[in-house]
Amino acid sequence: MTLQECYQSLEGDFDDVLGRLRSEKLVQKFVLKFLNDKSYELLCSSLEAENYEEAFRASHTIKGVCQNLSFTKLYQSSHQLTEALRNGLSPEAPGLAEQVKKDYEQTVAAIRKLQEESA
Amino acid sequence: MSKEQEFKQKILIADDSEMNRSILIGMLESEYQIIEAENGIEAITAIQKYGPELSLILLDIVMPEMDGFGVLEVMNKRRWIDEIPVIMISSESSSFHVERAYQLGITDYISRPFDALIVHRRVVNTIVLYAKQKKLAGLVMEQIQEKEKQSSLMIDILSHTVEFRNGESGLHVVHIRALTKLLLEHLVQISDKYQFSREEISMISTASALHDIGKISVPGEILNKPGRLTKEEFEIMKTHTTIGAEMLENLSFHQDEPLVKEAYAICRWHHERYDGRGYPDGLKGDEIPIHAQIVALADVYDALTSERVYKKAFAHEEAIRMICGGECGAFNPLLLKCLTDIADTLQESLNNTGANHTDAQELQDILDEKLHPKELSASERTAQLLEHERMKCSFYASMSEEIQFEYTLNPAMLTLSGWGAQKLGLPEIIVEPQENDKAVSIMTAEDMKKLGEILRSTSPKEPVVKYDCKVNAGGESRWMRIIAQAMWSFEETSKYTGAIGKAVDIHEARLRLDALERMASHDTLTRLLNIDYAERRIEERLSAGGEYVLMLLDVDNIKEANDSRGRLFGDQVLTHVAEILRQNTGEGDIAARVSGDEFLYFAKSDSDGEQTADRLMAALRGEWEGFKISVCMGIVSAGNGKKDFRELFMKADRALLEAKKDGPGQRRYKNE
Repeated sequence: MTLQECYQSLEGDFDDVLGRLRSEKLVQKFVLKFLNDKSYELLCSSLEAENYEEAFRASHTIKGVCQNLSFTKLYQSSHQLTEALRNGLSPEAPGLAEQVKKDYEQTVAAIRKLQEESA
Repeated sequence: MSKEQEFKQKILIADDSEMNRSILIGMLESEYQIIEAENGIEAITAIQKYGPELSLILLDIVMPEMDGFGVLEVMNKRRWIDEIPVIMISSESSSFHVERAYQLGITDYISRPFDALIVHRRVVNTIVLYAKQKKLAGLVMEQIQEKEKQSSLMIDILSHTVEFRNGESGLHVVHIRALTKLLLEHLVQISDKYQFSREEISMISTASALHDIGKISVPGEILNKPGRLTKEEFEIMKTHTTIGAEMLENLSFHQDEPLVKEAYAICRWHHERYDGRGYPDGLKGDEIPIHAQIVALADVYDALTSERVYKKAFAHEEAIRMICGGECGAFNPLLLKCLTDIADTLQESLNNTGANHTDAQELQDILDEKLHPKELSASERTAQLLEHERMKCSFYASMSEEIQFEYTLNPAMLTLSGWGAQKLGLPEIIVEPQENDKAVSIMTAEDMKKLGEILRSTSPKEPVVKYDCKVNAGGESRWMRIIAQAMWSFEETSKYTGAIGKAVDIHEARLRLDALERMASHDTLTRLLNIDYAERRIEERLSAGGEYVLMLLDVDNIKEANDSRGRLFGDQVLTHVAEILRQNTGEGDIAARVSGDEFLYFAKSDSDGEQTADRLMAALRGEWEGFKISVCMGIVSAGNGKKDFRELFMKADRALLEAKKDGPGQRRYKNE
């Protein structure tokens, strides 16, 4: 799987990220690094513990990282979740968290595949 | 760190996401040394540590512990924002956030997702811009200084020319200038009537150098005549005042310059006298402008202490005496006071001025500097010196095994030295320490409050305090001596802004002291309190108020025990009685050995001590090694006005005597 195919699979914008970071090698390095990012686990655990302030920050971080990497789909859902948590728990937050979970799994699956094949 | 790394400019990246940091690092690490912080507190710690060594900060808004705005607020309060540029990087794109960030002094705002080229370019631009600005500010300051130096140099050359014709030493002008400055500075200090700013003082003393320019029109034969001037010659000599003033008045330009105006007054009126007997206008008292009065005084002093064609030099003391004695005409008494006030340091100050005289050599130096510019500007040197001091401080702090601290009220922040933080088990920087459970638990609330109170009760002149208390050092309670200096602001009504200081461990010394005190306060045989110490404690209780009973106990038949079974046995009985007494001492009660077989017990009053007496008598009744133990008791109620220990003791003693007359195991009350 090429980096471009990986982006297709996770529904991101490869041209955009390459335009900004300007090096395919660099993009690949950061994309693989995404697997080590702990923000998603923090999001899940803080939602579980009903610590919505922490959940907001975690969601905000995911959003920021996705924005930098042009992971469009996960960016969109995490962006919505961030807003739904900005002032504590709002009614739409649980549904959006589900969406983030789905998108995150889709993203991680695509990156794992890239990792295996490039290893 | 490689040598190359060391010389790279430093950038602080504060972002809670490691991913985001590494993307930025990837863009910048080849040119800059990167310092990372993953929350606001770490960012503040890093800024505190590196100070102006940081060339730039890239700051995220949403972070745990303290957010980006919090960091900016601290940077504002501590004035770091003036020194270190900040670029905010955030995905918060609402205009509210952007506007607030700019208001807090950031230089630039980059929204996510960022473009590598743009980030890189903006970082470089900001750093270059700031460096240029600093350099320019430094250059402007140096230019101003230099300009001032040059204009004084011009004036010196001009006045020196006049003096040269006059055959006087070139030092006269320099002396007049220095004297005028010293007198003015002192005048401002002792008088409310005359207020001159630093610039005004500097300008007037510069203008004073021109006082004799009118002499250029006085013929050389008159100027340099060794003998006394004839009346006609003196009249011509006097014209140097009006002519000098005219020369300035006729300048076709610069008429509005304060320097020219001051110089006019000085030229025209520096020979006026306070009683109206001077020349050219015969002005009297405060009709004469104060700066002309000052130059007149300076002129006379220097004339007296220098050698002239017509006279020898007088000694400093003699000159002062002559001026104050009115031998050189009348002067403003306030100025005479200034002269005598500064008389002691005058000669030294003048000699120094002579050495610093701006002369041809100095001009050469200025030229040399222009031709061979030194690498660093003055402001850069200052910055380096400051940096050097900062490094020194942090080195000493890390070497000394002391808990050093700095506490500021606004922002509320506690900063600890590295070693101190480790010792206390706290982070080096604590924001809002009173909200921090760990920070609050290092001392008792009472000690904390007292320390705050004594710091606030200091003054800017005597800000240092000492305070001994127990400190929780990483779970262990230890005695420490806190030596701290209250920090007062530099405003007119100075405010308490916090404190700096150190805590020194005095635990062992304190324990030794306690042990000594214990030894001095206890009876060696029975290990109960001794009577002197008990007396002090009891008096403390009595003066604090409340109802008490004082009991004296006497062990029955101890004399018989001593006689029949030996002194040692008697002592053992007493030790045994003391042990029982100790075991039965209620909380807050005091048991002590008075002397021999007599003991004392002091307790809170319960039904006039009846219950306590019952309890003690019951406990003490018994047998030990075949000896039947019982006690007699004299009891007196205390407190409620009856506060004199000696008096109470005597009464109890009388009651005890009466009880003993009744036989073993008796008690008596004295409750009148």
